[in-house]
Amino acid sequence: MEYDKNPLTPHLQIYKWQISSLLSITHRITGVINALAISLICIWFLFTINNEKILFENILNSFFGKFISISLCWTFSFHILNEIRHLIWDAGYGFDLKITKITGYATLILSFLLAIIIYFLGVSL
Amino acid sequence: MAEFSLPNNSKILKGTYYKDKTGSKNIKKVNVYRWNPDDGKNPRIDTFEVDMDDCGPKVLDILFKIKNEIDSSLTFRRSCAHGVCGSCAMNVDGINTLSCIKSHSDIKGELNIYPLPHLKVIKDLIGDLSNLYKQYESIQPWLKTSKTDTEKQEILQSQNDRAKLDGYYECILCACCSTSCPSYWWNGDKYLGPAVLLQAYRWISDSRDEEKKERLKKVADELKLYRCHTIMNCTNSCPKGLNPAKAIGSIKKMLATS
Repeated sequence: MEYDKNPLTPHLQIYKWQISSLLSITHRITGVINALAISLICIWFLFTINNEKILFENILNSFFGKFISISLCWTFSFHILNEIRHLIWDAGYGFDLKITKITGYATLILSFLLAIIIYFLGVSL
Repeated sequence: MAEFSLPNNSKILKGTYYKDKTGSKNIKKVNVYRWNPDDGKNPRIDTFEVDMDDCGPKVLDILFKIKNEIDSSLTFRRSCAHGVCGSCAMNVDGINTLSCIKSHSDIKGELNIYPLPHLKVIKDLIGDLSNLYKQYESIQPWLKTSKTDTEKQEILQSQNDRAKLDGYYECILCACCSTSCPSYWWNGDKYLGPAVLLQAYRWISDSRDEEKKERLKKVADELKLYRCHTIMNCTNSCPKGLNPAKAIGSIKKMLATS
Protein backbone atom coordinates (compact mmCIF):
# COMPACT_ATOMS: atom_id res chain seq x y z
CA MET A 1 0.00 0.00 0.00
CA GLU A 2 1.15 3.52 -0.81
CA TYR A 3 0.13 6.30 1.55
CA ASP A 4 1.79 9.22 -0.27
CA LYS A 5 -1.46 11.14 -0.68
CA ASN A 6 -2.51 10.72 2.95
CA PRO A 7 -2.18 13.66 5.34
CA LEU A 8 1.03 14.20 7.26
CA THR A 9 0.76 13.88 11.01
CA PRO A 10 1.60 17.10 12.92
CA HIS A 11 5.20 17.44 14.10
CA LEU A 12 6.73 20.82 15.05
CA GLN A 13 3.23 22.06 15.82
CA ILE A 14 2.62 19.62 18.65
CA TYR A 15 5.98 18.38 19.89
CA LYS A 16 6.84 19.61 23.36
CA TRP A 17 9.98 21.74 23.62
CA GLN A 18 12.59 20.46 25.98
CA ILE A 19 15.73 22.16 27.28
CA SER A 20 17.84 19.97 24.96
CA SER A 21 15.95 20.75 21.76
CA LEU A 22 15.61 24.42 22.68
CA LEU A 23 19.36 24.79 23.23
CA SER A 24 20.06 22.90 20.02
CA ILE A 25 18.04 25.28 17.85
CA THR A 26 19.42 28.29 19.78
CA HIS A 27 22.92 26.99 19.06
CA ARG A 28 22.16 27.04 15.33
CA ILE A 29 20.58 30.47 15.37
CA THR A 30 23.40 32.03 17.41
CA GLY A 31 25.88 30.37 15.02
CA VAL A 32 24.29 32.10 12.04
CA ILE A 33 24.09 35.44 13.87
CA ASN A 34 27.75 35.21 14.94
CA ALA A 35 28.94 34.42 11.41
CA LEU A 36 26.97 37.35 9.99
CA ALA A 37 28.01 39.69 12.79
CA ILE A 38 31.72 38.91 12.45
CA SER A 39 31.60 39.42 8.68
CA LEU A 40 29.70 42.69 8.96
CA ILE A 41 31.94 44.07 11.69
CA CYS A 42 35.05 43.16 9.67
CA ILE A 43 33.66 44.78 6.52
CA TRP A 44 32.68 47.86 8.52
CA PHE A 45 36.18 48.14 10.01
CA LEU A 46 37.74 47.75 6.57
CA PHE A 47 35.95 50.85 5.39
CA THR A 48 36.29 52.85 8.59
CA ILE A 49 38.78 55.69 8.41
CA ASN A 50 40.38 57.16 11.52
CA ASN A 51 38.21 60.27 11.78
CA GLU A 52 35.11 58.09 11.96
CA LYS A 53 36.22 56.76 15.31
CA ILE A 54 33.94 59.25 17.02
CA LEU A 55 30.96 58.06 14.99
CA PHE A 56 31.78 54.49 15.98
CA GLU A 57 31.87 55.39 19.65
CA ASN A 58 28.64 57.34 19.37
CA ILE A 59 26.89 54.35 17.88
CA LEU A 60 28.22 52.05 20.60
CA ASN A 61 27.07 54.44 23.33
CA SER A 62 23.53 54.81 21.98
CA PHE A 63 20.80 52.65 23.45
CA PHE A 64 20.49 50.68 20.21
CA GLY A 65 24.24 50.16 20.01
CA LYS A 66 24.38 48.95 23.61
CA PHE A 67 21.52 46.54 22.98
CA ILE A 68 23.21 45.12 19.89
CA SER A 69 26.61 44.74 21.53
CA ILE A 70 25.18 43.08 24.67
CA SER A 71 23.15 40.75 22.47
CA LEU A 72 26.22 39.84 20.44
CA CYS A 73 28.17 39.22 23.66
CA TRP A 74 25.49 36.76 24.62
CA THR A 75 25.29 34.98 21.24
CA PHE A 76 29.07 34.57 21.34
CA SER A 77 29.23 33.28 24.91
CA PHE A 78 26.27 30.94 24.40
CA HIS A 79 27.67 29.51 21.19
CA ILE A 80 31.11 28.98 22.70
CA LEU A 81 29.80 27.32 25.88
CA ASN A 82 27.36 25.08 24.01
CA GLU A 83 30.11 24.17 21.56
CA ILE A 84 32.19 22.94 24.51
CA ARG A 85 29.20 20.78 25.43
CA HIS A 86 29.16 19.42 21.88
CA LEU A 87 32.89 18.69 22.02
CA ILE A 88 32.40 16.69 25.22
CA TRP A 89 29.65 14.73 23.47
CA ASP A 90 31.98 14.12 20.52
CA ALA A 91 34.51 12.70 22.94
CA GLY A 92 31.81 10.25 24.00
CA TYR A 93 30.82 11.64 27.41
CA GLY A 94 27.81 13.31 28.95
CA PHE A 95 25.00 11.59 27.07
CA ASP A 96 23.18 10.60 30.23
CA LEU A 97 19.78 12.28 30.34
CA LYS A 98 20.34 13.83 33.77
CA ILE A 99 23.80 15.10 32.81
CA THR A 100 22.55 16.66 29.56
CA LYS A 101 19.91 18.50 31.56
CA ILE A 102 22.44 19.77 34.09
CA THR A 103 24.97 20.82 31.43
CA GLY A 104 22.13 22.40 29.44
CA TYR A 105 20.94 24.64 32.25
CA ALA A 106 24.54 25.35 33.27
CA THR A 107 25.33 26.47 29.71
CA LEU A 108 22.33 28.78 29.69
CA ILE A 109 23.08 30.41 33.05
CA LEU A 110 26.83 30.68 32.43
CA SER A 111 26.24 32.19 28.99
CA PHE A 112 24.49 35.18 30.58
CA LEU A 113 27.25 35.56 33.15
CA LEU A 114 29.94 35.32 30.48
CA ALA A 115 28.08 37.85 28.32
CA ILE A 116 28.05 40.36 31.18
CA ILE A 117 31.74 39.78 31.90
CA ILE A 118 32.72 40.17 28.23
CA TYR A 119 30.63 43.33 27.87
CA PHE A 120 32.07 45.06 30.92
CA LEU A 121 35.60 43.97 30.04
CA GLY A 122 35.03 45.49 26.60
CA VAL A 123 33.63 48.71 28.05
CA SER A 124 36.47 49.13 30.53
CA LEU A 125 39.16 48.75 27.83
CA MET B 1 14.58 22.39 2.27
CA ALA B 2 12.62 21.41 5.30
CA GLU B 3 8.95 22.25 5.28
CA PHE B 4 7.93 23.48 8.71
CA SER B 5 4.20 23.87 8.19
CA LEU B 6 1.68 21.17 7.41
CA PRO B 7 0.53 20.66 3.80
CA ASN B 8 -3.02 21.79 2.99
CA ASN B 9 -4.57 18.35 3.17
CA SER B 10 -3.08 17.85 6.65
CA LYS B 11 -4.30 21.03 8.35
CA ILE B 12 -6.18 20.04 11.47
CA LEU B 13 -9.84 21.00 11.85
CA LYS B 14 -12.02 21.12 14.93
CA GLY B 15 -13.94 17.88 15.31
CA THR B 16 -16.86 16.58 17.31
CA TYR B 17 -17.31 17.25 21.02
CA TYR B 18 -18.54 14.17 22.87
CA LYS B 19 -20.22 15.28 26.08
CA ASP B 20 -20.11 13.03 29.12
CA LYS B 21 -23.27 11.01 29.62
CA THR B 22 -22.47 9.32 32.92
CA GLY B 23 -22.92 12.45 35.04
CA SER B 24 -19.60 11.84 36.74
CA LYS B 25 -17.84 14.71 38.50
CA ASN B 26 -14.35 13.44 37.77
CA ILE B 27 -14.10 14.27 34.08
CA LYS B 28 -10.99 14.52 31.91
CA LYS B 29 -11.12 16.15 28.49
CA VAL B 30 -9.24 14.04 25.98
CA ASN B 31 -8.36 15.51 22.57
CA VAL B 32 -7.68 12.85 19.98
CA TYR B 33 -6.37 13.24 16.42
CA ARG B 34 -8.77 11.62 13.94
CA TRP B 35 -8.54 11.01 10.24
CA ASN B 36 -10.77 8.77 8.21
CA PRO B 37 -9.40 7.70 4.81
CA ASP B 38 -12.93 7.16 3.48
CA ASP B 39 -14.59 10.55 3.94
CA GLY B 40 -12.06 12.67 2.02
CA LYS B 41 -11.95 15.36 4.70
CA ASN B 42 -9.00 16.90 6.56
CA PRO B 43 -7.84 15.45 9.89
CA ARG B 44 -9.70 16.73 12.95
CA ILE B 45 -9.39 16.82 16.71
CA ASP B 46 -12.26 15.15 18.53
CA THR B 47 -12.75 15.96 22.19
CA PHE B 48 -14.07 13.29 24.52
CA GLU B 49 -15.21 13.84 28.08
CA VAL B 50 -14.08 10.72 29.90
CA ASP B 51 -15.26 9.59 33.33
CA MET B 52 -12.04 9.06 35.28
CA ASP B 53 -13.73 7.34 38.24
CA ASP B 54 -14.20 4.29 36.09
CA CYS B 55 -11.00 4.13 34.09
CA GLY B 56 -7.67 2.30 34.33
CA PRO B 57 -4.46 4.17 35.13
CA LYS B 58 -2.84 4.22 31.68
CA VAL B 59 -3.43 6.37 28.61
CA LEU B 60 -4.23 3.18 26.70
CA ASP B 61 -7.06 2.51 29.16
CA ILE B 62 -8.58 5.86 28.21
CA LEU B 63 -8.39 4.97 24.52
CA PHE B 64 -10.07 1.63 25.18
CA LYS B 65 -12.75 3.32 27.24
CA ILE B 66 -13.47 5.73 24.39
CA LYS B 67 -13.53 2.91 21.86
CA ASN B 68 -15.77 0.70 23.99
CA GLU B 69 -18.17 3.28 25.34
CA ILE B 70 -18.15 6.43 23.21
CA ASP B 71 -16.93 6.00 19.64
CA SER B 72 -16.15 2.51 18.41
CA SER B 73 -14.61 3.82 15.18
CA LEU B 74 -11.53 5.14 17.04
CA THR B 75 -8.55 3.34 15.54
CA PHE B 76 -5.17 2.71 17.16
CA ARG B 77 -2.54 -0.02 17.28
CA ARG B 78 -1.95 -2.01 20.43
CA SER B 79 -0.96 -5.50 21.34
CA CYS B 80 0.79 -6.51 24.56
CA ALA B 81 -0.35 -3.56 26.74
CA HIS B 82 2.69 -3.63 29.00
CA GLY B 83 5.49 -1.96 27.09
CA VAL B 84 7.06 -4.94 25.35
CA CYS B 85 5.74 -4.93 21.79
CA GLY B 86 5.94 -1.23 20.87
CA SER B 87 2.65 -1.17 18.93
CA CYS B 88 0.90 1.59 20.83
CA ALA B 89 3.61 4.24 20.32
CA MET B 90 1.96 7.65 19.95
CA ASN B 91 2.38 11.29 20.90
CA VAL B 92 0.88 11.83 24.34
CA ASP B 93 0.96 15.32 25.83
CA GLY B 94 3.58 16.44 23.30
CA ILE B 95 6.09 13.65 23.78
CA ASN B 96 6.27 10.31 22.01
CA THR B 97 5.73 7.36 24.28
CA LEU B 98 3.99 4.02 24.63
CA SER B 99 0.43 4.72 25.72
CA CYS B 100 0.32 1.40 27.59
CA ILE B 101 2.98 2.40 30.11
CA LYS B 102 2.19 6.12 30.29
CA SER B 103 0.15 7.06 33.34
CA HIS B 104 -2.49 9.71 32.67
CA SER B 105 -2.59 10.97 36.23
CA ASP B 106 0.77 12.81 35.75
CA ILE B 107 -0.82 14.90 33.03
CA LYS B 108 -2.68 17.92 34.33
CA GLY B 109 -5.51 19.53 32.39
CA GLU B 110 -6.60 18.31 28.99
CA LEU B 111 -4.94 15.28 27.50
CA ASN B 112 -3.76 15.56 23.89
CA ILE B 113 -3.21 12.40 21.90
CA TYR B 114 -1.68 12.51 18.42
CA PRO B 115 -0.15 9.85 16.19
CA LEU B 116 3.65 9.69 15.93
CA PRO B 117 4.86 12.93 14.29
CA HIS B 118 5.69 13.48 10.61
CA LEU B 119 4.31 10.23 9.23
CA LYS B 120 1.68 9.59 6.61
CA VAL B 121 -1.45 8.79 8.57
CA ILE B 122 -3.27 5.57 7.70
CA LYS B 123 -6.21 6.07 10.03
CA ASP B 124 -6.66 8.02 13.29
CA LEU B 125 -3.64 7.24 15.47
CA ILE B 126 -1.92 4.92 13.02
CA GLY B 127 1.04 6.24 11.03
CA ASP B 128 2.85 4.59 8.15
CA LEU B 129 6.24 3.28 9.30
CA SER B 130 7.27 1.46 6.11
CA ASN B 131 10.15 3.89 5.47
CA LEU B 132 11.62 3.10 8.88
CA TYR B 133 11.31 -0.65 8.30
CA LYS B 134 13.05 -0.29 4.93
CA GLN B 135 15.89 1.59 6.60
CA TYR B 136 16.07 -1.07 9.31
CA GLU B 137 16.43 -3.71 6.61
CA SER B 138 19.21 -1.66 4.98
CA ILE B 139 21.53 -2.03 8.00
CA GLN B 140 21.18 -5.83 7.76
CA PRO B 141 20.23 -6.53 11.37
CA TRP B 142 21.42 -10.09 11.56
CA LEU B 143 24.59 -11.86 12.64
CA LYS B 144 27.20 -12.15 9.89
CA THR B 145 29.87 -14.77 10.28
CA SER B 146 32.18 -16.82 8.06
CA LYS B 147 32.02 -19.76 10.47
CA THR B 148 30.40 -22.92 9.17
CA ASP B 149 28.80 -26.14 10.44
CA THR B 150 29.49 -27.07 14.04
CA GLU B 151 31.47 -23.90 14.66
CA LYS B 152 28.42 -21.87 13.80
CA GLN B 153 26.09 -23.75 16.10
CA GLU B 154 27.13 -21.81 19.16
CA ILE B 155 29.38 -18.77 19.01
CA LEU B 156 30.64 -18.07 22.47
CA GLN B 157 30.80 -14.61 23.92
CA SER B 158 32.50 -13.43 27.11
CA GLN B 159 30.42 -11.75 29.79
CA ASN B 160 32.21 -8.48 29.14
CA ASP B 161 31.44 -8.59 25.43
CA ARG B 162 27.85 -9.46 26.18
CA ALA B 163 27.58 -6.52 28.56
CA LYS B 164 28.49 -4.20 25.67
CA LEU B 165 25.05 -4.88 24.20
CA ASP B 166 23.22 -3.78 27.33
CA GLY B 167 21.13 -0.70 26.69
CA TYR B 168 20.93 -1.55 22.99
CA TYR B 169 19.45 -5.02 22.60
CA GLU B 170 16.38 -3.95 24.62
CA CYS B 171 15.14 -1.72 21.79
CA ILE B 172 11.67 -2.79 20.67
CA LEU B 173 11.57 -0.61 17.52
CA CYS B 174 8.49 1.31 18.59
CA ALA B 175 9.76 4.31 16.54
CA CYS B 176 9.15 6.82 19.36
CA CYS B 177 12.72 8.11 19.04
CA SER B 178 12.96 8.35 15.26
CA THR B 179 9.66 10.19 14.95
CA SER B 180 10.64 12.62 17.72
CA CYS B 181 13.79 13.71 15.88
CA PRO B 182 13.56 17.00 13.93
CA SER B 183 16.43 15.88 11.70
CA TYR B 184 14.45 12.77 10.85
CA TRP B 185 11.38 14.91 10.11
CA TRP B 186 13.27 16.99 7.55
CA ASN B 187 15.53 14.29 6.10
CA GLY B 188 13.70 11.06 6.86
CA ASP B 189 14.20 9.76 3.35
CA LYS B 190 18.01 9.78 3.71
CA TYR B 191 18.90 10.08 7.39
CA LEU B 192 18.56 6.71 9.12
CA GLY B 193 17.21 8.12 12.37
CA PRO B 194 17.93 7.20 16.00
CA ALA B 195 16.11 3.86 16.10
CA VAL B 196 17.90 2.39 13.10
CA LEU B 197 21.28 3.85 14.10
CA LEU B 198 20.91 2.38 17.60
CA GLN B 199 20.28 -0.98 15.95
CA ALA B 200 23.27 -0.45 13.66
CA TYR B 201 25.42 0.20 16.72
CA ARG B 202 24.04 -2.90 18.41
CA TRP B 203 25.41 -5.01 15.51
CA ILE B 204 28.66 -3.05 15.21
CA SER B 205 29.45 -3.69 18.88
CA ASP B 206 28.52 -7.39 18.83
CA SER B 207 31.74 -9.37 19.36
CA ARG B 208 30.36 -12.36 17.41
CA ASP B 209 29.78 -10.33 14.27
CA GLU B 210 32.62 -10.39 11.72
CA GLU B 211 31.61 -7.47 9.53
CA LYS B 212 32.16 -4.61 11.94
CA LYS B 213 34.32 -2.67 9.45
CA GLU B 214 31.87 -3.06 6.57
CA ARG B 215 28.99 -2.04 8.81
CA LEU B 216 30.83 1.09 9.95
CA LYS B 217 31.77 1.96 6.38
CA LYS B 218 28.20 1.57 5.24
CA VAL B 219 26.79 3.86 7.90
CA ALA B 220 29.53 6.53 7.58
CA ASP B 221 27.64 8.95 5.41
CA GLU B 222 26.97 12.67 5.60
CA LEU B 223 23.23 12.07 5.36
CA LYS B 224 22.75 8.62 6.87
CA LEU B 225 24.62 9.35 10.11
CA TYR B 226 25.80 12.94 10.45
CA ARG B 227 22.36 14.52 10.27
CA CYS B 228 22.33 13.78 13.99
CA HIS B 229 22.97 17.07 15.78
CA THR B 230 22.54 15.70 19.30
CA ILE B 231 19.17 17.35 19.77
CA MET B 232 18.43 14.57 22.31
CA ASN B 233 14.69 14.38 21.61
CA CYS B 234 15.25 10.64 20.99
CA THR B 235 16.69 9.89 24.43
CA ASN B 236 14.09 12.12 26.06
CA SER B 237 11.26 10.17 24.47
CA CYS B 238 12.49 6.55 24.65
CA PRO B 239 9.87 4.68 26.70
CA LYS B 240 12.37 1.92 27.46
CA GLY B 241 14.89 4.39 28.90
CA LEU B 242 17.53 3.64 26.27
CA ASN B 243 19.95 6.20 24.87
CA PRO B 244 19.98 6.38 21.04
CA ALA B 245 21.94 9.66 21.16
CA LYS B 246 24.75 7.88 22.96
CA ALA B 247 24.71 5.03 20.43
CA ILE B 248 25.01 7.52 17.56
CA GLY B 249 27.74 9.38 19.44
CA SER B 250 29.59 6.08 19.86
CA ILE B 251 29.39 5.36 16.11
CA LYS B 252 30.72 8.85 15.33
CA LYS B 253 33.53 8.36 17.82
CA MET B 254 34.42 4.93 16.38
CA LEU B 255 34.61 6.46 12.90
CA ALA B 256 36.70 9.38 14.13
CA THR B 257 39.20 7.17 15.94
CA SER B 258 39.53 4.25 13.52
